[in-house]
Amino acid sequence: MRPELELISEWIRPGTRVLDLGCGDGALLAYLHERRQVSGYGLEIDSANIVKCIRAGVNVIHADLEAGLEDFGDSSFDYVIMTQTLQAVRHTERLLDEMLRVGRQGIVTFPNFGFWRGRLQIALQGLMPVGKALPYQWYDTPNVHLFTIRDFEALCRHKRIDILQRMVLDHAHQPRLGPRLWPNLLGEIALYRLGRA
Amino acid sequence: MPHHFPPDSVGLVTPQILQFEEPLALDCGRSLAEYELVYETYGTLNADHSNAVLICHALSSDHHAAGCHEGTDPNKPGWWDNCIGPGKPFDTREFFVVCCNNLGGCKGSTGPTSINPENRKPYGPDFPIVTVKDWVRSQARLADRLGIGQWAAVIGGSLGGMQAMQWAISYPDRVRHVLVIAAAPRLSAQNIAFNEVARQAIISDPDFHHGHYYEFGVVPRRGLMIARMLGHITYLSDEGMRAKFGRELREGTPNFNFNFDTEFQVESYLRHQGKAFVDRFDANTYLLMTKTLDYFDPAASFDQDLSAAFHRTQARFLVISFTSDWRFAPARSREIVRALVRAGREVSYSEIASESGHDAFLMPIPLYHETLRGYLNRVAREVDGRTSEPAHATVPAATEVNTHAA
Repeated sequence: MRPELELISEWIRPGTRVLDLGCGDGALLAYLHERRQVSGYGLEIDSANIVKCIRAGVNVIHADLEAGLEDFGDSSFDYVIMTQTLQAVRHTERLLDEMLRVGRQGIVTFPNFGFWRGRLQIALQGLMPVGKALPYQWYDTPNVHLFTIRDFEALCRHKRIDILQRMVLDHAHQPRLGPRLWPNLLGEIALYRLGRA
Repeated sequence: MPHHFPPDSVGLVTPQILQFEEPLALDCGRSLAEYELVYETYGTLNADHSNAVLICHALSSDHHAAGCHEGTDPNKPGWWDNCIGPGKPFDTREFFVVCCNNLGGCKGSTGPTSINPENRKPYGPDFPIVTVKDWVRSQARLADRLGIGQWAAVIGGSLGGMQAMQWAISYPDRVRHVLVIAAAPRLSAQNIAFNEVARQAIISDPDFHHGHYYEFGVVPRRGLMIARMLGHITYLSDEGMRAKFGRELREGTPNFNFNFDTEFQVESYLRHQGKAFVDRFDANTYLLMTKTLDYFDPAASFDQDLSAAFHRTQARFLVISFTSDWRFAPARSREIVRALVRAGREVSYSEIASESGHDAFLMPIPLYHETLRGYLNRVAREVDGRTSEPAHATVPAATEVNTHAA
């Protein structure tokens, strides 16, 4: 998780307002607050995580992302961030729209289902991929939409979402040459900075 | 016989009274020439007076929030004893906790049962209807007298949460944290309707005598009892009542009697609650407090824009609601949160799963108390100066925060 936090933080201008969708224990917001002096809120549905955020002094709001972001005004945040959450929501498209309505920019990270190990597991063993970025069995996974880097970029084209920046990390969560050349094959985690003209 | 209190109890407490001679102008246009406030404190005020926490009480409670009074049943401590004490969420080793009986009350502060200096008779129905703003103004004077320039936190549930909110609006620089629990930004038509039925029950009791019942040596027992029974239903939830009473008949009632005696457990419970209430509460105060609730509407003075009401506030907010609360449902708390977010204020919000309905805010629900504890721990560290407020945190301070969180 750490390299991911650092990379996201490099994309964030200091002193901006941030909304973190599915903020978990608040680690990202605490990190961004420390490194980039951001203000803002995390949205989280799990009560135990909410207590952790409160203990850490992170502003957290109990909310169900599936219900949309109607409590938040248009362009009321500089960045709306969704780390490792997009694949776990049912209304993917609507949430992307909401993200880019509420935020001037969106930042999304997700596990790439096109990663070579997963492809091998399916091709050779005939089993659904289980790995570091996708640690769940098919029957207990919170992920309801699994997709690849190519899938995601096709959706962005279709929805006229601009990809402002992309970073693809390998299995060691480093942005090395391999995933840069063959992102959909060698990238395990994808990070995107999105905008809408 | 001396009683040994558990180590996390504040133990024996004694209420104190302060007299205020300077007239207090009220929202209704009248003013109180002089008045008294009864209050209790727990813990010790620190040297720079920065660790004071104000607890605001709800409709039918009072200044006795924790511990026990001399000569009373040690098993029946103050109304929020499970939250106030050494090691409890409002930790009296860290905080100086203050709770006062509000004006218009019947537990020692000036109210309808007090003597009106103008005619040497109890005020009764002539006691002015006070508002949440009036209460906050009177509490600010209490703070002045106690030497508290700024509260570390103002905390309240239900009507108490409304006072906490009003504190942030009325005195932005006198409160650093506001905890609004099981409250609403204003009453709905349904809320007001329930209050009106309660009031009519009291007013139509033949013993009410237009509120002058003290002079007749009676109390509108039946009316007040019905008002409380009605109120009590709104404090519980459907599932909670089902779990607690179901359709059980009371002991000694094997079958239906086909008459109107108390047969179901729930009937017996409500009657008991109603009767017990009559012995400890004044009908005029009840009428007044329900009106105070009805009138509360901070958005009204800001063109119905609640976020405009929060614009000048400086406090950080923690808002908490309970899933089965239908009196002030989670959606009402979300209205508060939405307005705070739109005003750009610092706020956290948690919706606690509970079957206890509105009353949940008084229950020791583990996740709820963990939330309070987690929040107040940070407030305490802020007081200690070991860390500054996160909004202004420097890098080393934030690093320390992380250490604590781990």
